[in-house]
Amino acid sequence: MTSSPELAPTIIAPRTPQRRTRGRTNTELYAWLFMRVSGILLVVLVLGHLLIMNILDGGVQRINFGFVAGRWASPFWQVWDLLMLWLAQIHGTNGLRTIINDYTRKDQTRFWLKMALYTASALVIALGTLVIFTFDPNIN
Amino acid sequence: MSTTATSRAPAKTKFGGTLYRGREGMWSWVAHRITGVLTFFFLFAHVLDTALVRVSPESYDTVIATYKNPFVNLMEIGLVGAVLYHALNGLRIIAVDFWSRGPRLQRQMLWLIVAVWVVVMVPGAFFMFKHSFEVVFGSK
Ligand code: HEM
Repeated sequence: MTSSPELAPTIIAPRTPQRRTRGRTNTELYAWLFMRVSGILLVVLVLGHLLIMNILDGGVQRINFGFVAGRWASPFWQVWDLLMLWLAQIHGTNGLRTIINDYTRKDQTRFWLKMALYTASALVIALGTLVIFTFDPNIN
Repeated sequence: MSTTATSRAPAKTKFGGTLYRGREGMWSWVAHRITGVLTFFFLFAHVLDTALVRVSPESYDTVIATYKNPFVNLMEIGLVGAVLYHALNGLRIIAVDFWSRGPRLQRQMLWLIVAVWVVVMVPGAFFMFKHSFEVVFGSK
């Protein structure tokens, strides 16, 4: 096959150092790494949580206010739940950020969907943290 | 006729896919994305229902009773299955990214986690649904 040099597309050699077109930080690298580190921690936290709450010793049938009070009497489970809340929420929010970036076409849509995501996410983290720290077993 | 020459032809797959597209690599990613989003939205609802412990024991117990309904229980098993897949496949992604032999074994690792999923979900679903089964079929 003969190809004219004018029509041949320029293919940059693999591994040629690229000039960054936008952004000067490594944020995406840290986000990528965070997904993996938080993922490993969440395997223990989330799967442990699901096993205890849904399967062991009667599962969901035994859960009520008293059960929650019994667990949060221990700092161990408070720390467990707090870590799980923060890691899962940030991991999920970053995952959804990726998905929004993948599927939105207009800058406006992308911007507002992310604002809605971050707002909802911040509210959930704040509410969950407040509940764990201010839980009162003698509320009534 | 040379048999070695014909055996070099690229394998035609059932789905007519290529190395990645339309094959295990792609579908495992699709499932990872769907299960991640599903878990994220459930987490949102779950932090809200747990926050009711700051309102009153009665309101918490009333809402938690929803989870004990056999039909909701069934959906809960589906959610546990989704989270378990996401967790196992997340570990597979991490192995592909950080383990030198990971990329070459990505397909085998997918079938490995599918096997682990089945082995965990069969007894898991049994214990989660045990009580509901007794309610629906009248022994309780
Ligand atoms: C249980 C342990 C978990 C592990 C091991 C895990 C692991 C991962 C990994 C490795 C990724 C891929 C990131 C990438 O491609 O760069 C990911 C993506 C994601 N995860 Fe998780 N995750 C876990 C739990 C969760 C939870 C609890 C949620 C929900 C709150 C969640 C939501 C997501 C979402 C929405 C994505 C983005 C999916 C995509 O971009 O297609 N994950 N996860």
